[in-house]
Amino acid sequence: MLEPRDVQDLRQIVADAAAAGGKLELLGGGTRRGFGTPRDAGLVSLGAISGIVDYDPAELVLTVRPGTPLAQVEALIAGEGQMLAFEPWGEPGATIGGTVAAGVAGSRRVTAGSARDHLLGFSAISGRGESFVAGAKVVKNVTGYDLPKLMAGSWGRLGAMTELTLKVLPAPRVTVTLAATGLSPAAAYAAMACALGSNAEVSAAAHLRRGITLLRVAGFAPSVEARCLGLPRLFSGHCDLRRMDQAEAAPLWWEAMTGQALAGAVRWQIHLPPRQAPALVERLDALGADWAMDWGAGRVWVALDKYGVQVRTEAQRLGGEAALVGAPEAVRAAVPAMHPRAAGVAALEQRVCRAFDPAGVFASGRFAEDARADQFPA
Amino acid sequence: MSIVMPAPNPETLAKRELIIAAMRAIVPGEGVITEPNELRPWESDGLTAYRQPPMLVVLPETVEQVSAVLRWCHDEGVKVVPRGSGTSLSGGALPLADAVLLGMGKFKRVLDVDYEDRIAVVQPGVTNLAITQAVEARGFYYAPDPSSQIACSIGGNVAENSGGVHCLKYGLTTNNVLGVELVLMDGEIVRLGGRHLDPAGLDLLGVIVGSEGLLGVVTEVTVRILPRPESARAVLVGFPDAEQAGACVAQVIAEGIIPAGMEMMDRPAIHAAEAFVKVGYPLDVGALLIVEVDGPAAECDHLIGEIARIAEANGAVTTRVSGSEAERIAFWAGRKAAFPAVGRISPDYYCMDGTIPRRRLPEVLRRMEELSRHYGLGVANVFHAGDGNLHPLILYDANVPGELDRAEDFGNDILRLCVEVGGVLTGEHGVGIEKRDLMPEMFTEADLMQQQRIKCAFDPDLLLNPGKVFPTLHRCAELGRMHVHHGALPHPELERF
Repeated sequence: MLEPRDVQDLRQIVADAAAAGGKLELLGGGTRRGFGTPRDAGLVSLGAISGIVDYDPAELVLTVRPGTPLAQVEALIAGEGQMLAFEPWGEPGATIGGTVAAGVAGSRRVTAGSARDHLLGFSAISGRGESFVAGAKVVKNVTGYDLPKLMAGSWGRLGAMTELTLKVLPAPRVTVTLAATGLSPAAAYAAMACALGSNAEVSAAAHLRRGITLLRVAGFAPSVEARCLGLPRLFSGHCDLRRMDQAEAAPLWWEAMTGQALAGAVRWQIHLPPRQAPALVERLDALGADWAMDWGAGRVWVALDKYGVQVRTEAQRLGGEAALVGAPEAVRAAVPAMHPRAAGVAALEQRVCRAFDPAGVFASGRFAEDARADQFPA
Repeated sequence: MSIVMPAPNPETLAKRELIIAAMRAIVPGEGVITEPNELRPWESDGLTAYRQPPMLVVLPETVEQVSAVLRWCHDEGVKVVPRGSGTSLSGGALPLADAVLLGMGKFKRVLDVDYEDRIAVVQPGVTNLAITQAVEARGFYYAPDPSSQIACSIGGNVAENSGGVHCLKYGLTTNNVLGVELVLMDGEIVRLGGRHLDPAGLDLLGVIVGSEGLLGVVTEVTVRILPRPESARAVLVGFPDAEQAGACVAQVIAEGIIPAGMEMMDRPAIHAAEAFVKVGYPLDVGALLIVEVDGPAAECDHLIGEIARIAEANGAVTTRVSGSEAERIAFWAGRKAAFPAVGRISPDYYCMDGTIPRRRLPEVLRRMEELSRHYGLGVANVFHAGDGNLHPLILYDANVPGELDRAEDFGNDILRLCVEVGGVLTGEHGVGIEKRDLMPEMFTEADLMQQQRIKCAFDPDLLLNPGKVFPTLHRCAELGRMHVHHGALPHPELERF
């Protein structure tokens, strides 16, 4: 594994690989390597390119190098009463660069946006071995193409970020969880839709298969109190909402946000129109799957003992998409991790990849679509 | 008048009749406009200092027509300039003498609203405000609210990534769009995103939003709609100078409050607005803040109290809290009328749109005053204070020879100043033609070439909206060249241009 000490080192590594026709896989903390096809590209760790570059809480802007541990970033801004609103999560060792490149977002995503909504700017090394910047270090900017959107969630397919500027926001002073029990998936979807569509400003909504529905109310104390009184009235006659203490609620939110507690070796993350979630989980139950709904039913985590193509075909039939987020190597070797795109979009995506990386340095083999890239010349 | 557009292609001009016939075969009836007097209304957008009648105007009504128009133009090498409602302040929809102007105004239908999943699917010619009007009976609204929202179209909002006074809390267009149907220059129809969050693969939708009509023509948009907040209240605060107002803004945010809107006006803007709409703004202050909070009534009451306390601690000389919805709207009336109000005190004005780190505001305002003296032109400032987005209005008279050029030079110096202090050329109006030649102030040649390679991925012949955003028209073959390291070319088997 290569561990460039600085940006200059990294640039040279990429340029040499481009010249030699080599393939590189970029690593943050390496905590999500199980996503994608098994591959043997040269590993480049960005772990040494780390540290806080600039943080001005009043400007709501944080500039940081990619190898900085996510936990360190979160501790720094929590000290100023701020947060990354997209609620990134990861295992110990996860870095801020890897988390953004993986497009990770937590339960708050449904109301506060994803990593793509909070990456304001970056600098990077392209597949040409060239340094470039895009976006900016202020919260409001439309100068030039919005390349930060492309870079967030790109899984290292376009370039190696060397600096990220993120929007930070004040953390809520008070967070309360209201919970209902015993709702069917259809009733839970209706309850979450009602809550998220109300003016009670519910910031997150999730539902666990064993019949627990969670609503999060966060903000200033007088506001949270008023909303926690109003919401049960909104649901009266439909279900009872009870206030759940933080110790009980935190692991349940973690379960809904990460899907990590689900039982099964083959794991999927499904994004779909929320109204289709009840029909999806009915099919999943018939397949013997374990599941959890987040984002007001817009995301469903799924786990099964064995691979079956039905999960992806059902998600697609219902207007959604399924990502294979964890599976034994043999399954990952055969099944693309990302949901296949329509032909026109796939071709466009490959042309955009080539715009950053004409030689395919970052086409590490992780994603099946990149392996066919040579049929789309620059 | 210093911006130079690409020279018209004489071959295109020579086959105008052929182009008209081909367009009429695709879009029948009155959807093709060719008479010189009928082309005149299309000769500019909101940046009215620049005018150019288009070669012809085509007004398609279906995605199939858009696709056929683009495919024909692509095959014949004819340029196309897309246009929404034509309210761009940066010249994004300025026609070209040798281009088809593709007006999307006939795409006016709201196609579907799903209140449970909180989305609306609309055609691109629907106005920003019409989306809110379509859903407000059920207590919903569309959050981004550019000041032109009565007229501007959602398709244009997507092209420009439009903002508005509420975008610190609710985001720009990009944070509120879930999907588009897009026609590429070669006529191919693609769908990016849709009715769910975070679609697979690269976030191509993210780069379409704000691409200023250079990458494709949007034919359908899926937006998020939000429940209308239970209540909204505003407070009007006067300060002796902008420095204290700026300190107040910083402290509001440092104490964890993200107001729905936080606007600042300087003395000339306050006086112009008050003279125009007479809403009772204090005239003896150097800076005025309008801070609005929205949400549950209990939250608004709490936050208004907190903001009044912070204002006082930062030297506020007047503080008025809105006691009614009518009074809240009156507070905003002056701010919303600031541009026409300035239009009354000066024959012409030129609206700038840079963003700065807020902490640099006092210095930027000081240096703007120096520039004002240097150029001999007045300036009034309105400012989205929460997110650092400045709108200096430069006062000039186009009938005085040389004043327009001086106003443009002054504006360019302001934008250079914004970049110098760590900010950007445009916070919400777009680059268009207006700031095109200033792009090298903010980006290196390598940065700009990387952006242009995205353009090549979508439109390799550079036929869609050429002459906008980028100061240099690199051919895509030139941009695609690889540097050769150690004498070895990657993939030597592939053909290079």
